Amino acid sequence: MTEPSGTPEEHRPDPLTPVLTRRWLLPESWTLRHYAELGGYEAMHQAFAMDPADIVSLVKDSGLRGRGGAGFPTGMKWSFIPQPKPGEEPTPATQDAPQFKPKYLVINADEGEPGTCKDTPLMMADPHSLIEGCIITAYAIRANFCAIYIRGEIVHAIRRLHFAVKEAYEAGHLGKDIHGSGFDLDIVVHAGAGAYICGEETALLDSLEGRRGQPRLKPPFPATAGLYAAPTVVNNVETIATVPSIVAGGKEWFRTMGRERSPGPKIYSLSGHVERPGQYEAPLGTTLRELLEMAGGMKDGIPLKFWTPGGSSTPLFTAEHLDVPLDFEGAAEAGSMLGTTAVMIFNETVSVPWAVMKWTEFYEHESCGKCTPCREGNYWLAGILRRMNDGQGTEEDIDTLLDVCSNVLGRSFCALGDGAVSPITSGIKYFRQEFLDLCSAQQASSDRVLAGAH
Amino acid sequence: MTSTVNEVDTSVFDGQRERAAAIVMRYPEPRSALLPLLHLVQYVEGHVSRAGVAFCAEILDITPAEVSAVATFYTMYKREPVGEHLVSVCTNTLCAALGGDDIYAAVRERLGGIGHEQTAGEPGTPGSLTIEHAECLAACDLAPVLTVNYEFFDRQTVDSAREIVDALARGERPHPTRGAPLTDFRRIELLLAGFFDEPEVGGAEANAGPSADEATLRGARLAEERGWTAPPMPDASPDRPTEAVDLPGGAS
Repeated sequence: MTEPSGTPEEHRPDPLTPVLTRRWLLPESWTLRHYAELGGYEAMHQAFAMDPADIVSLVKDSGLRGRGGAGFPTGMKWSFIPQPKPGEEPTPATQDAPQFKPKYLVINADEGEPGTCKDTPLMMADPHSLIEGCIITAYAIRANFCAIYIRGEIVHAIRRLHFAVKEAYEAGHLGKDIHGSGFDLDIVVHAGAGAYICGEETALLDSLEGRRGQPRLKPPFPATAGLYAAPTVVNNVETIATVPSIVAGGKEWFRTMGRERSPGPKIYSLSGHVERPGQYEAPLGTTLRELLEMAGGMKDGIPLKFWTPGGSSTPLFTAEHLDVPLDFEGAAEAGSMLGTTAVMIFNETVSVPWAVMKWTEFYEHESCGKCTPCREGNYWLAGILRRMNDGQGTEEDIDTLLDVCSNVLGRSFCALGDGAVSPITSGIKYFRQEFLDLCSAQQASSDRVLAGAH
Repeated sequence: MTSTVNEVDTSVFDGQRERAAAIVMRYPEPRSALLPLLHLVQYVEGHVSRAGVAFCAEILDITPAEVSAVATFYTMYKREPVGEHLVSVCTNTLCAALGGDDIYAAVRERLGGIGHEQTAGEPGTPGSLTIEHAECLAACDLAPVLTVNYEFFDRQTVDSAREIVDALARGERPHPTRGAPLTDFRRIELLLAGFFDEPEVGGAEANAGPSADEATLRGARLAEERGWTAPPMPDASPDRPTEAVDLPGGAS
């Protein structure tokens, strides 16, 4: 008789699967001593015993996808870094080719997407998991310099990271010929200066080069022409902090959590009108219904009205979407995006047009100004929404908003513009009547000149 | 014709040249030092002055226009001198829905109705406070939040925010909910320039404190209570050339 074949149901993991968060409850969890006590830096030694290309393959096969919002396959991104072929030496004709340039690893720790609050606590509670991930990743892509670009406003996380990097140097995990591996790595903790756009990877690179943080035209992509025009991997904090576990546990272990195309655990950040907001690390594909149950339900029992699956740039969901599996495919199939799994939860007391206006004011402020659709579009969208919320809206405003949105979406230089219209278009899609209600006061009489109105 | 650099007196930064050189040394290419250099400028003067722009231009051998273009792009570089403390209130949607707008209004009212990036008191004197409304500060599970010199005060109310502002104006330094004991805006700028070890910014001691807020730990705590763990890691995996280590995440 044959063994019954394993089904995902048989191996269904626990509702919460602490991997990244498993050390967070320890006192002084941020110290090297505690990190090492619980297996820290073992994966680094395992990695040094492997061929760098095999680490890239391992991460590719694990199915790890970027945790910064876009969900790009991490191992594939690493495999785009041009490397010399075995035995290939630079010739006068190829010495300037990308494979012979220095390689760089840049960590995107510029956490600023509204609602997102996962990387900051990770760096505060367990900075060594990020540093060990940096060492393994840099070894895999053969980079000897790594910059962690961290948001300037999170001073304590910067402090923690700095002292953790220092501890790692003192322990010989960083510097020259790390533990006799022949591999050198320096890490610099680089504080930003307050610009949401620097979370966009090419804007981040320009900022790291000491320029205004404005996005670059792609291609060329950072993998061939990134930092200082050399091959560069840019990855999110949570992505890289996951790497040591994959090296330690293997690809099959990693795939015991999450779903086929979105494997692994993920930190879901619950905020807003929920009884117990916080960070819940669960397998990808967990639903809001399940998360809410763990978080004690809606605050004071007031019903759910709308929520974001992954920050303000991901189209709104409503109570109809409680059972949408929150992974890359599930969120997209339901008309939104997984984003950063920043689950902002709003109850019935919150006005959708007001929330949308506040988010639009954010995008207006953070638009970098490089391209016209985003710079001008957000300016006018914010103005119209402010006027509507002041009770001076007209029904035509709704069409104007959607018209402007269609001129921003897909026509902006980078994803900031696309994200900016998400709250507006999804807000109108699900709550059009609320926008119409704002106009009723204006209907009766108006001889005023209305900004942006027809 | 002399360049603008030569027309501006940068002697106020003479004591910073060693630090500036140390910043430049951190990077494969010098210009990457510009953001930390601008933080260093704010440590000295509490804002980015014309002299500060000239100083950065001189260190990096670029034009003052190139430095100004960068300095004016980023929110954290201030064009006017900041007070002893910078109070930033998050008024992005999530915090605002939970009271952030009311908190910002209360802080303004408490300081005589001043507005965004305005200062109560004479900058540089004790108790002077600059306020700003801030975009999302990445602490949404602890909303509504405000920061003082970028140190977090979590779960604020109108009353608690008023108390913080009053205490700061009296010259006191209330302890942040998370993070290090308060210093002042300028010393935090020294830290942001990458000088963490100096006693002036608290040194290694400033790194102590709670690892996380209780809200941040809720998921981990719930998993512990209910005995939920990640699936155990295999003892040996074909992916790995060496023996597996026992990780608590894999322990049952």
